Amino acid sequence: MSEINMPKKNLLSMQIDPAKFEPASEDEKRQADVMSESTSFFRDGMRKLMKNPLAVGSIIALVLIILLILIAPKIVPYGYEEIIKVAGSKDKTITNLAPFAWSEKEQALIASGTKLFPHIMGTDSLGRDYFIRVIYGTRVSLTVGLFASILVLIIGVLYGSISGYRGGRTDMIMMRIVDIIYSLPDVLIIILLSVVLNQTLNKSNPIVKLLGTNMVAIFIVFGLLYWVGMARLVRGEVLKIKNNEYFLAAKATGASSWHIIKTHVIPNCISVIIITTALQIPSSIFTESFLSFMGMGVQAPMPSLGSLANNARAGLQSYPWQLIFPAMMIVIIVLAFNLLGDGLRDAFDPKLRR
Amino acid sequence: MSTENKSEYLVEVRHLKEYFPVRTGFLKTIPLKAVDDVSFAIRPGETLGLVGESGCGKTTVGRTLMHLYKPTGGEIYFEGKQVTEKNIGEFRKDMQMVFQDPYSSLDPRMTVEDIIGEPLDVHKLYSSKEERREKVMELMSLVGLNAEHATRYVHEFSGGQRQRIGIARALAVNPKFIVCDEPVSALDVSIQAQVINMFEELQEKLGVAYLFIAHDLLVVHHISDRIAVMYLGRMVEMADADELNENPIHPYTLSLLSAVPVPDPRTAKASQRIILEGDVPSPLNMPSGCAFRTRCRYATEKCAQECPALTDRGNGHMVACWNR
Ligand SMILES: Nc1ncnc2c1ncn2[C@@H]1O[C@H](COP(=O)(O)OP(=O)(O)OP(=O)(O)O)[C@@H](O)[C@H]1O
Ligand code: SF4
Ligand SMILES: [Mg+2]
Repeated sequence: MSEINMPKKNLLSMQIDPAKFEPASEDEKRQADVMSESTSFFRDGMRKLMKNPLAVGSIIALVLIILLILIAPKIVPYGYEEIIKVAGSKDKTITNLAPFAWSEKEQALIASGTKLFPHIMGTDSLGRDYFIRVIYGTRVSLTVGLFASILVLIIGVLYGSISGYRGGRTDMIMMRIVDIIYSLPDVLIIILLSVVLNQTLNKSNPIVKLLGTNMVAIFIVFGLLYWVGMARLVRGEVLKIKNNEYFLAAKATGASSWHIIKTHVIPNCISVIIITTALQIPSSIFTESFLSFMGMGVQAPMPSLGSLANNARAGLQSYPWQLIFPAMMIVIIVLAFNLLGDGLRDAFDPKLRR
Repeated sequence: MSTENKSEYLVEVRHLKEYFPVRTGFLKTIPLKAVDDVSFAIRPGETLGLVGESGCGKTTVGRTLMHLYKPTGGEIYFEGKQVTEKNIGEFRKDMQMVFQDPYSSLDPRMTVEDIIGEPLDVHKLYSSKEERREKVMELMSLVGLNAEHATRYVHEFSGGQRQRIGIARALAVNPKFIVCDEPVSALDVSIQAQVINMFEELQEKLGVAYLFIAHDLLVVHHISDRIAVMYLGRMVEMADADELNENPIHPYTLSLLSAVPVPDPRTAKASQRIILEGDVPSPLNMPSGCAFRTRCRYATEKCAQECPALTDRGNGHMVACWNR
């Protein structure tokens, strides 16, 4: 009997009947308005970063080092390649001085009332002020690390985003190339390249003159080899973003590729790019120091932290501070960048956000 | 269908195909037929419901229709003009889409104002910043959002509110046609009703036509003028909403209707349920002939040999089946 009484159509409109719902009253609507405090992604991340003592300490250390290498050459009256002369004449006893020590002639000069600038880290085997050499070495190492990282950043981001954005066959071919480059032994390539470049590079080119062939080789190697990690990462991020429906939504509104990349792709992978660059800088510095230590870095008399450490090896037993100072500088810089990179990741990586 | 006057329809889809290449080995791909020979047409201001189980290709129909994927085959017409890869730009203002997932369809790095304003930016529909803001506010109140929240980020909103933001974005360019891809399936049941009511109100106010996708016949029946049923990339039945409900013909539609949960025990006894046997076959390994034959009670030998075409059973009730 119920079969006849029940209109068949009810089958479909029984469970949810929108007609039975009343619109919410103003009061009820206001209840739905109670939402969490408005914060932007960037401000939220910065607040978290500033709460991380290791990251803050690293920022302070790096700022101090940068100030030091900018200001010190203006204050210290010695040049990095200058063999110190006392009162206009050579001084045999000025080599390999301990920190804050004076040579015999200098002592005589001080005794006569002249004020001299102290050798804060002593002098090296040629009688050059070691402090200013370490400062210049830090300058060189930081600059190389920074520029190599920027090179990696530009090439890696461009390559990775094109590969991910185009997708399909293009992506497959581009990623196979990355795989091949990834498997090349970098140190071997650097040695080969610097040998080849030494023969072929035009020595009168101002850039080559300024940096030396080894340095040019290092940059070429970074430009050729080290971007692949960044490229892979960026490609992965772009693929992830492409999977989100907001990407399709932007396409559906008729936005151009450039508009989509600018407003959706880059803002959504910028944190990963920044974090990776922050971690790339210490690895570039370390590679440069390593190569200079192996005698393939900057050309003498220009110091770098690695070549300073290398030169100090000969007198390690008698003058250990000549190794300790540049080594400490490397450690502080590399550690600070790594801790800062970790801090950035903790603060900005969306995967770690609640 | 194609013999009818073209200009009667706002959107017409003929023999739409979308095959995805699926890698099976190094440099070896086989096609996944997500959509295979689907045709339908929608009049201005009309709602066509599209139902089917998860994975049957509903989203793909919507996205291919929007040219978000390049169609493998078939034609799409809008107001009688063929839509192609080249001229799709002309139609972007008239065709919009509301997406399935209210979470991934809104960019987490943008404020509500920028999300709803994006289509306005792309089509340069304002002359000053104030005008843009005004338009965004207007759209927000149109979909029942508090306009004061325009500067907030989307993670602060609930699922229902997010879906309203997505709808406001689709409405920003004043389209004539919107593909609604399961716009309520991710929402709470109580909120579903609100959002569906809103879709209806908007249609009355703006005269917009919908392709309304859902896997739930209940939802679709409430809002649709006509309903199309899909199974494994093919359309198996299409009819007026009430006609389909009162007089379903295809065995798959029958089982879908009997699967509708019935809260009233009296009717639960009265309507005998047809339980679907077996799983949906993999779209990579489709049965020959009629794709539904592995689960069909009426299957005969002919079903394995030949794929049935959609035929008119009177009053525009189209069915693709040999035996019913
Ligand atoms: N980009 C793609 N590449 C390869 N295969 C895809 C792609 N998109 C969808 N598919 C496949 O196509 C088929 C149809 O998918 P589609 O998303 O259209 O289903 P649906 O009906 O919308 O399901 P749901 O109800 O779960 O949203 C599925 O088998 C799916 O795996
Ligand atoms: S064609 Fe055959 S297998 Fe397919 S639905 Fe009809 S009866 Fe079932
Ligand atoms: Mg879907």
